[in-house]
Amino acid sequence: MTGLQIAFLAIAAVTLASAVLVVSSRKIMHAALWLVLALGGVAALFATLEASFFAAVQVMVYIGAIAILIIFSVMLTRRVMEDAGPQNTRYWPAALVVSLGVFGGIFFLLLQWPGFTIEARPVLEQGDFLVRFGQALVSPDEFVVPFEVASILLVAAMIGAIIIARDPSRK
Amino acid sequence: MTPWYQDPVQFIAEWLRGVLLGWGMPPDGVELVLTVLGAGTLALLAMLWVVFLIWYERKLIGRIQDRFGPNRVGPWGIFQPIADMLKIFTKEYITPEGVDRVPYNLAPVLAVASVLLIWAVIPFTMTVMGVNLNVGLVYIIASGGLGVLGIILAGWSSNNKYALLGGFRAVAQLVSYEVPMVVSLLIPVILAGSLGVNDIVMAQRIPYLISAPVAALIFFITSMAETGRSPFDLTEAESEIVAGFNIEYSGLKFGMFYVAEFLHAFTVSLLFATLFLGGWRGPLAEQIPLLGFVYLVVKTFVVYFIVILFRGSLPRFRIDQMMDLNWKLLTPLALVSLIVSALVAKPLEGMPVAQTLALLVSNGIVLILFIEGTGKKVQRRREIVGKPRPLAVPHPEEQQGAQSTGG
Repeated sequence: MTGLQIAFLAIAAVTLASAVLVVSSRKIMHAALWLVLALGGVAALFATLEASFFAAVQVMVYIGAIAILIIFSVMLTRRVMEDAGPQNTRYWPAALVVSLGVFGGIFFLLLQWPGFTIEARPVLEQGDFLVRFGQALVSPDEFVVPFEVASILLVAAMIGAIIIARDPSRK
Repeated sequence: MTPWYQDPVQFIAEWLRGVLLGWGMPPDGVELVLTVLGAGTLALLAMLWVVFLIWYERKLIGRIQDRFGPNRVGPWGIFQPIADMLKIFTKEYITPEGVDRVPYNLAPVLAVASVLLIWAVIPFTMTVMGVNLNVGLVYIIASGGLGVLGIILAGWSSNNKYALLGGFRAVAQLVSYEVPMVVSLLIPVILAGSLGVNDIVMAQRIPYLISAPVAALIFFITSMAETGRSPFDLTEAESEIVAGFNIEYSGLKFGMFYVAEFLHAFTVSLLFATLFLGGWRGPLAEQIPLLGFVYLVVKTFVVYFIVILFRGSLPRFRIDQMMDLNWKLLTPLALVSLIVSALVAKPLEGMPVAQTLALLVSNGIVLILFIEGTGKKVQRRREIVGKPRPLAVPHPEEQQGAQSTGG
């Protein structure tokens, strides 16, 4: 077992444990903080794969923006800060079946993939990797269409948010 | 090989590597030891540097306010912060009832760590830097997000409504000002063609203050807001919310917030000097790395002096003024200047002087048009919506009674 594998197992364990705590915490604020830890674990996984750009973006977008907005909205909705009711609905066996089915399906599909058992190779040309990624996003025969579609989606969401937030009495 | 006095840090590192290898340590282990030692030294020096910064700032603020500042302990009062530091070590930790323990104790650590993380990617000389990360700027912005998290944790876990209000204000302010800051940071990235901090320094044959003055201005204002000091100190407005998010902290836990604030102010000056003033670049800096460090320190202190001058001379913004400044002025200005800089810089690539001149002129035009166009609208005073309503109005009969007895 290499050091990288030990690091992977440790980070994965922390991520999964905090993900479980996100749904099982009684206080919604604690759930949000566990979510921050789970997302940080994913960022650490990116870092161990030498994908430093994705690690930094994961921290910036998910911890720096999304998790903070979640915490902020939780703080503004005071009445649901603590919940004493039952934590499970009566449909939980059905949910268990569905989630196990999805997990098993993905696992089975990955087993079919020949790359599943090969050991990870170190990324060569680390310096060029980021430039290559940027060019791939904007070059016409690579990913420019999905990139622009995602941009349009985000702009539409932004306009929608502004329209919802606008004071309807003002013209 | 440069002589030891020209590049002392590399010299010590080489010497230590030789010694450790001589003891029969594996090369991987030696690298690990050197990395850990370097990181520890850098963090420790940064923290100790705050002791000097506190004295310097108090002295300057004192001069601005026509006082002497600290002048009792040591020559010019230079040992005052050391005495303060020793005092704060001995203070009692008070944990109020009803706090959420883990976040409460984690918050000061996060506040300091988020600032120290930035120091890992700053090139101090041509050869001395923590890591030459190829996503340095994204990393810097990401570590700022951790600082916001620290403030939220402090505000919420303290179980105090003033702390919570301070936390609300801090998050609203920091998250909003991150937008123009990130957009303005994109301009040096476009000009240098890299996200790495050292690559940006290397690309600055002419400092980016000249080719991107609007971006420099926006970055300066927004980073002042990110540090949360006057005029942007609504997060700890004493007259309104006592002390803001850190009100329930005592002893060294409060001290850590204090250290984080001072270190953050210095760190943004360091960043400004690195990204817009050419960092360690200067005459002979590439031959004698130590000289580069001197240049960096001088540039940083020029910026830091202006930061302190701002703090000492400007009154606090009102919250709507602060939001107006951000969303109605800085954000559109940053977006427009980003587009203009990209359009101007691309066709003139490879001609540094012409490019710089064109960028300077186009930046000036953008700034003048902005001040003429939107500036007036933002500057207009906000109309008073309703008549002033005092909280308690004396009853008409009582008022008459008071008048009769008083008369």
